Amino acid sequence: MRPVYAISGGVSKFAKARPDKTYQAVVKEAYDYAINDLGISFPTFTENVDGSVASYFSDHFTRQLMAAIMAQDYLGLCPKPSHRVEGGGATGGLCFQEAWKSIASGHMDLVVAYGFETMSHVETWKGNEFIALASDVSFDYPVGGFYSGYYAMMVTRHMKEFGTTVEQMAAVSVKNHLNAYHNPYAQKRNRYTIQDVRNAPMVAWPLTRLDICVMSDGAAAAILASEEGIIQLEKAGAKIPRPLVKVTGIGRGTDAMRMADRPHVDYDYFVKHYATQQEKDSKETLKYYQELWEHGTRYPGVHSFRAGRTAGNMAYKHAAIHDPLTELDFIELHDAYTSSEIQTYEDLGLCRYGEGGPFAISGKAFLPHIDYGLDLADKPVCPVNPSGGLIACGHPVGATGLMQTVFAIWQLQGSIHKHFEDKTLQVKDAQKGAIHSHAGTGTYVTVSVLEKE
Amino acid sequence: MTKIPNKQAESLGGTIVHNLPFPLETSPEALAWLKHMAPIQIEYPYNVVYLHSYAQDSPWFAGLTNKKILANRDPKTGYTYATPRAHDMYTGDETDWIDITDRKATVHAFTVCHFGSEAFLDETPYVLALIKFEGVNTLLLSRVMGIDPDQASLEWIGMTLKPQFLRNSKLKPTDVYFVPA
Repeated sequence: MRPVYAISGGVSKFAKARPDKTYQAVVKEAYDYAINDLGISFPTFTENVDGSVASYFSDHFTRQLMAAIMAQDYLGLCPKPSHRVEGGGATGGLCFQEAWKSIASGHMDLVVAYGFETMSHVETWKGNEFIALASDVSFDYPVGGFYSGYYAMMVTRHMKEFGTTVEQMAAVSVKNHLNAYHNPYAQKRNRYTIQDVRNAPMVAWPLTRLDICVMSDGAAAAILASEEGIIQLEKAGAKIPRPLVKVTGIGRGTDAMRMADRPHVDYDYFVKHYATQQEKDSKETLKYYQELWEHGTRYPGVHSFRAGRTAGNMAYKHAAIHDPLTELDFIELHDAYTSSEIQTYEDLGLCRYGEGGPFAISGKAFLPHIDYGLDLADKPVCPVNPSGGLIACGHPVGATGLMQTVFAIWQLQGSIHKHFEDKTLQVKDAQKGAIHSHAGTGTYVTVSVLEKE
Repeated sequence: MTKIPNKQAESLGGTIVHNLPFPLETSPEALAWLKHMAPIQIEYPYNVVYLHSYAQDSPWFAGLTNKKILANRDPKTGYTYATPRAHDMYTGDETDWIDITDRKATVHAFTVCHFGSEAFLDETPYVLALIKFEGVNTLLLSRVMGIDPDQASLEWIGMTLKPQFLRNSKLKPTDVYFVPA
C-alpha cells in the first residue's frame, strides 16, 4: 500500500440548528475552508481532485434520499467518482478510511472526504426516536428505544463490575466542556463542576444531560493525498505545510447490533483474541486479569466494546504502537457519553479493563495549562478530546469522525492557534495522534493513527 | 420543593401563513437585500405504516401471547440465545426452540429512563433492564415494573425477577415484562 497523507481540513460551526443554509451549503463552508487552507482556488482544486467519499448517517433526518449526490453537485465535483458511506456514529471515521483506501490502493491521488448531518429538522425527542431506530426494531426499539438508556445500562454494569463512579464520569464532562471553551467550532463552551454535571436533569440513570452529547447541524471535510497528489497540487500552487501528516494506522471492528447478544468469554479466550500486545507482555497485567475473571468478569459483556478493542489493536499493529498511552500524544475519541469515553480508555489500552474510572480522574487524559478545578494526581500524558469531543463540540453524526480528523491534522501541523485563534488546545510537539469513531452501542468502531512525518 | 418552570416549552404547529414580505419591485438593491433575510421554515408531516414481518422469529411473539418465553439453542453446542436467533453465530447451524419461562431470571444491567424517544415519552420514567436467565448465554432487553424509579440503585443488579405477561398481547416484545420475584 502507498503512503497516504492528510493535508488539509475544514469544519463548519456546529450548532443546534442551521436554518440559514441547506446541508449542501454547510458542507461547502467546511470544503472551502480546507481548499483555502491549501492556498489554491476552488477551480484549481476541482481540476486536481480525483474523487470524493461522502458520509451522513440518517435518511430520516434529511428526508432526502441520495442526499450526498446533492452535496457532490453543489461542490462542483460532478462527474468525478464518489460514494456515500454509512455506519451509524462511525460514519465519519469510515468515510475517512474509505478515502484512505482509495489512495493507499493506488486508485486515486487526491480525495476529499466530506460529511454532514442535519438533525434540527425534527424535535429533539423525535430525533432520539430516529437514532433509536439504529437498534433492532423487532426486539430493542419497541421496548423503549432510547440510546441514552442503552448506554446507561452499559455503565450500570461497568459500575457494578469495576466500581466506576458517577463522579469519575462527571470529570470527563468537566474536561471536555472546559477544553471546548477554547474551541470556537464547539457548540457548547461552558465551565462546569462535577456538581453541575450531577445536578443536571437526569436523562437515563445515572447519566445526566451533561453526561450526554447534543444533536447538531454541521459538516466537516478532510483532504487526503498520495505523494504524487501532493506534488501535483504543489505544482498547481498549493502550500502544504511540512512536516507532512501521514496516516499510519487503520483499524476497524464490529459487534452485534443487539448488545444482549454479545458474548461473555473466558479468560483464555480473552487473552488470546482481545488482549493488547502490551497486556500480553506483562505478567502483572495477566495476573490482574486472571483475578478479575476469578471474581466473575467476562468479556466483553455489555460493559466493554470488543469492536473498539479490535479496531485499536489493528490500528496499533499497523502503526507499530506498543504502549498507546505514552506513544500517542493525543486522542480524539468518540465521547457520545462520558461513560463511553471511560469504557473506550480501556478498549484503546490507555489503561486496563476495569481501571477506566480511576484513569478518568488521574489527570493523564487532561491538557496542561488549563485549570479544570479538579484535584488531579497525575500530569497529562495523552490528552483525550483536546477539542472538547462530541460532548462539547456537538455530534452532527456524519460529520463527527471527520471533525476529529480535521482537529487531528491541525494538532499535528501545529496550527491550532491559526484555526482556533487560541493556542490553549495545541498539544505541544504533537507527533502522533489517534481518532476513534464509534457507532451504535459499539457496533462499528474505527481507529486511525495520524503522525507527523 | 417543586421547581417553577422559567421557560415556555417549544412546540411546532402555529399560524397558517398565506403570504410573505417581499420587495414590491425587484430592483437591484432590493434583490441584494434578499441575501440578508431570515430563512423560511415549513412543517412537513411524514407518516408511514409498515407491514413488518417477524419472519423466522414469529414463534417467539406467539409464545409471549401464550405466556411462554422461548429461546433459541444450538443443537450441537447448546449455546442458547435469550433473544431469538435462527442461526447460531459460532457454528452457523440452525437453532432449535426451547422454553425458558420458568428459568431463574435476574437483572444483569439496568437504567431508569426519565426521558425517551418521542414514542415512549409518555411512559417515562420507565426501567429498562437486560435480563439474565439461568443456563442461557445471551440476555434479553425488557422492562421491569414494581420497583421505585426514584430509588435507582446498583443493588438492583442481581435481583431475582419473575415474568409477567400482558393479558391482551400487543405482539410486541413488551408483551412480557418482569417484576421482583
